[in-house]
Amino acid sequence: MADDLKIPLLEELEKGPWPSFVSDIKSVADKSEMARDLLRQLEKSYEDKRGYWKHGGLVGVLGYGGGVIGRYSALPEEFPGVSHFHTMRVNQPSGWVYTSKALNEIMDLWDEHGSGLTNMHGSTGDLVLLGTRTEELEPMFQALTQKGWDLGGSGSDMRTPSCCIGPARCEWACYDTLDLCYNLTQEYQDELHRPMFNYKFKFKLAGCPNDCVASQARSDMAIVGVWKDEIQIDKDAYAEYIKDGFNVKEYVVDMCPTGCITADENDIEIDDSNCVKCMHCIARMPKALAPGKERGAALCLGAKAPIVEGALIAQVIVPFMKLEPPYEELHDLIERIWEFWDEHGKARERIGEFIERVSLATFLEGIGLEPLPQMVKQPRDNPYVFYEEYYAEEDEGEDA
Amino acid sequence: MATEVERKTDIGPPHYEQFLHPLMKANYGNWKYHETLKPGVLAHTGEAGTLYTVRCASPRLASTNFIRQMTALADKYSDGYLRFTSRNNIEFLLADKENIDPLIDELNQMNIPVGGTNNAVSNVVHTQGWVHCHSSATDASGLVKAVMDELTDYFTSEKLPARVRVAVACCLNMCGAVHASDVAILGVHRTPPRIDNETLPNLCEIPTTVASCPNNAIKPTSIEGKTTVTVDEDKCMYCGNCYTVCPAMPLADPLNDGVSIWVGGKISNARSEPKFTKLAIPYLPNNPPRWPEAVSAVKNIIEVYAENAKPFERMGEWIERIGWPKFFDLTGIEFSKYHLDDFRYAGTTYRRSLHNRY
Ligand code: HEM
Ligand code: HEM
Ligand code: SF4
Ligand code: SF4
Ligand code: SF4
Ligand code: SF4
Repeated sequence: MADDLKIPLLEELEKGPWPSFVSDIKSVADKSEMARDLLRQLEKSYEDKRGYWKHGGLVGVLGYGGGVIGRYSALPEEFPGVSHFHTMRVNQPSGWVYTSKALNEIMDLWDEHGSGLTNMHGSTGDLVLLGTRTEELEPMFQALTQKGWDLGGSGSDMRTPSCCIGPARCEWACYDTLDLCYNLTQEYQDELHRPMFNYKFKFKLAGCPNDCVASQARSDMAIVGVWKDEIQIDKDAYAEYIKDGFNVKEYVVDMCPTGCITADENDIEIDDSNCVKCMHCIARMPKALAPGKERGAALCLGAKAPIVEGALIAQVIVPFMKLEPPYEELHDLIERIWEFWDEHGKARERIGEFIERVSLATFLEGIGLEPLPQMVKQPRDNPYVFYEEYYAEEDEGEDA
Repeated sequence: MATEVERKTDIGPPHYEQFLHPLMKANYGNWKYHETLKPGVLAHTGEAGTLYTVRCASPRLASTNFIRQMTALADKYSDGYLRFTSRNNIEFLLADKENIDPLIDELNQMNIPVGGTNNAVSNVVHTQGWVHCHSSATDASGLVKAVMDELTDYFTSEKLPARVRVAVACCLNMCGAVHASDVAILGVHRTPPRIDNETLPNLCEIPTTVASCPNNAIKPTSIEGKTTVTVDEDKCMYCGNCYTVCPAMPLADPLNDGVSIWVGGKISNARSEPKFTKLAIPYLPNNPPRWPEAVSAVKNIIEVYAENAKPFERMGEWIERIGWPKFFDLTGIEFSKYHLDDFRYAGTTYRRSLHNRY
């Protein structure tokens, strides 16, 4: 069995201090033909310096258009174990929290129905079950749902939302990321499971501007926690930092991007009207400083990787929104955005590219938001203004 | 046959609350502060007490065996509670401080490094590569393993000026969104798609295929009465958009595929704005199983940064302070015509001030 496994190149990757995926795949190769043939095909890729997968195919479970990535080996005769090697994306719990019991249950099901290999997790957030045959998809899906799990998104749909650990373990969370992530996922099950958008639409939720889930780089709508009032200062804790010899001037005052902190041995003061909520000072002195009390989130749209028109980092569309259940204002805005994008967007056009094509002004009008100076770095610096208000000839001088 | 069982759909994920450690529930929304006890070990404190987190690496591509080993450790040391991070690390959530060191000992015996906190190289965000994707110009898991074998010491310590986020994507689709990392390794093709005129007319819709190209390089044509397409090679930038919509236009080319290295991106809003990564090295060969050229390039960049940046300065902030000419100088990386942008907003990257250092 495992002794016909000749993978000398891959075995090079069993050496070294970092955990080896090769050793790990080998550990299931005895019981999984898929795992064994994956290693054999991968060895061939390492020899030939190219992949051997065919362009996906349409496979899935009954009634869903997303959640499964079809994959077939280009060399099925040579590597029959991976002739089918489809991925199932299982919707992770908010914050990627698990119990051993729940994870073990999924692993048992996956040993029965699939390759025994996973990605914990995919970059969108799903628990990715890597590699199974078409005929196993529906049984695996049904087994998963019996245990309370469901599939996530793929294709031109709402992708599985994901969020940072937020209020469950972080003092900086400015709203309940886990609750809102769960809420959006449940509210939009249809959009998640049945692709009907122009292209994908991702949500990522970060509790503060540290953005531990990379929402501003990776999601069509980034929901980033922020506060509006004063940074909370604990003066006793501040005195402790000073006593311990912490260099407040060099590491805090001088590094504040807006120079709004004054501090000396005895006291620290922040001009909050100039603070841009960058989190630097708070991260340096977590015991002395904390985000303010009037908390909510900024909504940013349009982050994406380069394909097609170039990469984008998400842009501010709502500088501040209070986020409390049942989140009606947010749902309402999301639905207006989807509706306008659906009506005027093109196929394979992400929301960020759509906004650039139709212009921010048109987009705001379409979704019913007023332009605000917080939405731009600066006003335009070219004079090509499309004036919509002007006097027509016959009006001129009428009242003169 | 279990036909009795009702088929469920659209139930969504399980509610997270059932997976929260009791201390997470008790302190929910009321955490006071956190401390780093040592690399990889955090202590979060709230009214209801302190929760200890032990963070360790995972290969991301993990077998059911590996996950079961982790859950067994969680059962032994953290009452069965564990979580995963946005960078594929595993976190054990402990109520009992006494359990920290025994857990770390066991992890280390299994060859699993503990660390990734604060000013460390955390785990690598990466994609599928030759393990699963049709589109890849390189492998991802192997490249990550080779790079991290050299950087493990930066994972298990906090000796860098600031956090360093490394990402790998195996083609320009960038499923790992590497465009905002401190260091990114990106798989690149260097030759235009090869058109399979036999299968293309049946497999692909011509207008969609023509429209897929951002550079208008694709034109419809007719060969022996069948409509297919041609690619203007001078216009092609090997982005693979066409291949995404048309399987008869593969780009894989063992002779020419390889990786490029990018630097200075950042996601958090701390101090400076989020930034894109910028091109450092346009091309290095695919050299499996250990990609020595890519590994030493990444290591060099990180070491030069470690030596020269000020405390808490991210890679991109350091480069902006010293200027790009000095970055190329210090790292010994050659600046070439490939570093000059020629896509949509190229002009925004040209220097229009005399703020040069001599
Ligand atoms: C237009 C650009 C993109 C295209 C055409 C694309 C295409 C694909 C394809 C074909 C796969 C399947 C790989 C496999 O066989 O498992 C995949 C996987 C995946 N993609 Fe993308 N992708 C794009 C951009 C992105 C971006 C920007 C992200 C994340 C921010 C992303 C997240 C993922 C995730 C999470 C997976 C699952 C596997 C993994 O985590 O590596 N994709 N993508
Ligand atoms: C209470 C304090 C914090 C908590 C609980 C926290 C939590 C986390 C966690 C669990 C991760 C995934 C980490 C990994 O696997 O390596 C993460 C990632 C990250 N954190 Fe934090 N973090 C905190 C503070 C910070 C600070 C101070 C910054 C910035 C100055 C920051 C910026 C980031 C960034 C940029 C990522 C990586 C996102 C990515 O590229 O995927 N975090 N954070
Ligand atoms: S994004 Fe902010 S609130 Fe969320 S875990 Fe990171 S530091 Fe905490
Ligand atoms: S959060 Fe940032 S901008 Fe605000 S005071 Fe602190 S360092 Fe300055
Ligand atoms: S980055 Fe490219 S090659 Fe890698 S998984 Fe994504 S689409 Fe596939
Ligand atoms: S690879 Fe990109 S640039 Fe080249 S023909 Fe295809 S779509 Fe056009």
